[in-house]
Amino acid sequence: MIRTEGLTKRFGRVLAVDDVALVVGEGDRYGFLGPNGSGKTTTVRMLLGLVFATSGTIELMGRPVPRQARSALTDVGALIEAPAAYGHLSARTNLTVLDAAGPGGPRRTRRRRVEDALEQVGLSGVGRRPVKAFSLGMKQRLGLAAALMRSPRLLVLDEPTNGLDPQGIREVRDVLLELNRAGTTIFLSSHLLTEVESLCTRVGVLQQGRLVVQDELTALQSPTGRVHVRTPDPDLVVGLLDGRVEHRDGDLLVVRHPDPAALADLLVRQGARLHELRPERRSLEDVVLEMTGPGSDRVGTS
Amino acid sequence: MIRVELGKLMRRPRTWVTVALLCLLPTVVAVFLAVTDVAPRPGEGPAFLSAVLANGALFPAAALGIVLPLFLPVAVAVVAGDAIAGEASAGTLRYLLVRPVGRTRLLVAKLVSVMAFLVVAVTAVAATAYVVGTRLFVPVPGSPAEVVTGLSGSTLTSTQLTGRTVLVILYVAWSMFGVAAVALFLSTLTDSPLGAALGALAMLVTSQVLVTLDAASSVRDFLPTSYWLAWVDLFRDPILWHDVGRGVLVQGTYAVVLLGLAWANFTTRDITT
Repeated sequence: MIRTEGLTKRFGRVLAVDDVALVVGEGDRYGFLGPNGSGKTTTVRMLLGLVFATSGTIELMGRPVPRQARSALTDVGALIEAPAAYGHLSARTNLTVLDAAGPGGPRRTRRRRVEDALEQVGLSGVGRRPVKAFSLGMKQRLGLAAALMRSPRLLVLDEPTNGLDPQGIREVRDVLLELNRAGTTIFLSSHLLTEVESLCTRVGVLQQGRLVVQDELTALQSPTGRVHVRTPDPDLVVGLLDGRVEHRDGDLLVVRHPDPAALADLLVRQGARLHELRPERRSLEDVVLEMTGPGSDRVGTS
Repeated sequence: MIRVELGKLMRRPRTWVTVALLCLLPTVVAVFLAVTDVAPRPGEGPAFLSAVLANGALFPAAALGIVLPLFLPVAVAVVAGDAIAGEASAGTLRYLLVRPVGRTRLLVAKLVSVMAFLVVAVTAVAATAYVVGTRLFVPVPGSPAEVVTGLSGSTLTSTQLTGRTVLVILYVAWSMFGVAAVALFLSTLTDSPLGAALGALAMLVTSQVLVTLDAASSVRDFLPTSYWLAWVDLFRDPILWHDVGRGVLVQGTYAVVLLGLAWANFTTRDITT
């Protein structure tokens, strides 16, 4: 669905995006991560033909961008940074105007499409209020509705849950998961690790314009070789595993052990009672922080 | 896309407020003239306002003469300056472009909607002025009502008068087309609609200053505003076509060059708002 090679963008002397090779396959839920200012938005804008690349190639829906951007974008829905709408018009009029402006939607079914999209994002009862009276969360939902119109095959979403409350975030995630089950590819750009972790199957991490990681989420969250053990008999366990306990905090022990199943078996045989025993996995946060270091909008001397 | 843009223009309250204000100014002038019956002496005040007292049917042309130097250019510069920069500053430009709407197509649609505004505004001013003029300035008893004295002293029949008023409407609209092209070009350069509108006005003020400056007489013929007032010639008998023709040509040249620049800039520009 998306494939870039050597994608580079230079603004004057600043190298915003440097030799990025993205690969997003059909049906993926791709999480595009990176600290603020790492070049995520510039990359997204290049994918959508808004910003022209200094060098490199972009293939979107199998077509070169920007040369055939028009036919490629017909099947793409997008939310780019903040949502935007005409403040003096209602939500319905805004969607109608946007739908009428481009290709891919017959006029006959336009009203139906607008209602469906509003329904999907939970705005169907919004009435004729002008958009300028909307809350941030409602604007965000409207932006999402605009992206969902005409059931695009690829959704490119930049920070889609910005300004939503926890229920709203949950709702949006459910909508996206449902669309993905029906075959929609989702490209989600975000600096919120938890959002990507809870939604995406594949992850790419951008750091100062370079793609430093691109892999399956499960591969990134590999076991660390440690096991967390919670037990009412911590002293007994420490005795049994002499030297292997790396850390002890009340009844929680962190044990270095390659095989959690074997460890559980051993402890139970020796009469230790267990509340909980689980292999430690690296969280996405650990992975990303390890790769990227401090946020790049941090301005320091070091 | 053109239909969408026209719809947006018409749904915008600002459009109608602007048109209403443009119609209001000549009406105020007419009321003062009618109440006091004091006309500017011939050769003074706005062009041929003195002739209006004799016959209100001349007032549409006079009204256009009143709004032409300042109010009409301001209105056109604001609308045209908002065309691209307004969408950019509201953030809707990126959503239109990824909808996708081709950049050239968007620019053409914007141009058409600006021209539509121009024609509506000029026509509305003329129509209001006709209604106001014929109500307030009743021809002096004894002179045949359908006969109007033109600027050259000979008389114009009402058919001639209508025809010439239409010509004035077209000429004034065409003069504003140059302004629209400047503002539209600036609108593709900046993300600030106000900046684009003020930039276009700054260029007009510069031009108007240079027109009156003898030292700049060598470039006078090429300034965008130098033939604006040539519409008066359309009321002479026979019509003096020379300046009107030059005016049409100069405005056309400005429009073509600036719209070309606007296209070249807009289609190659990074959209970062």
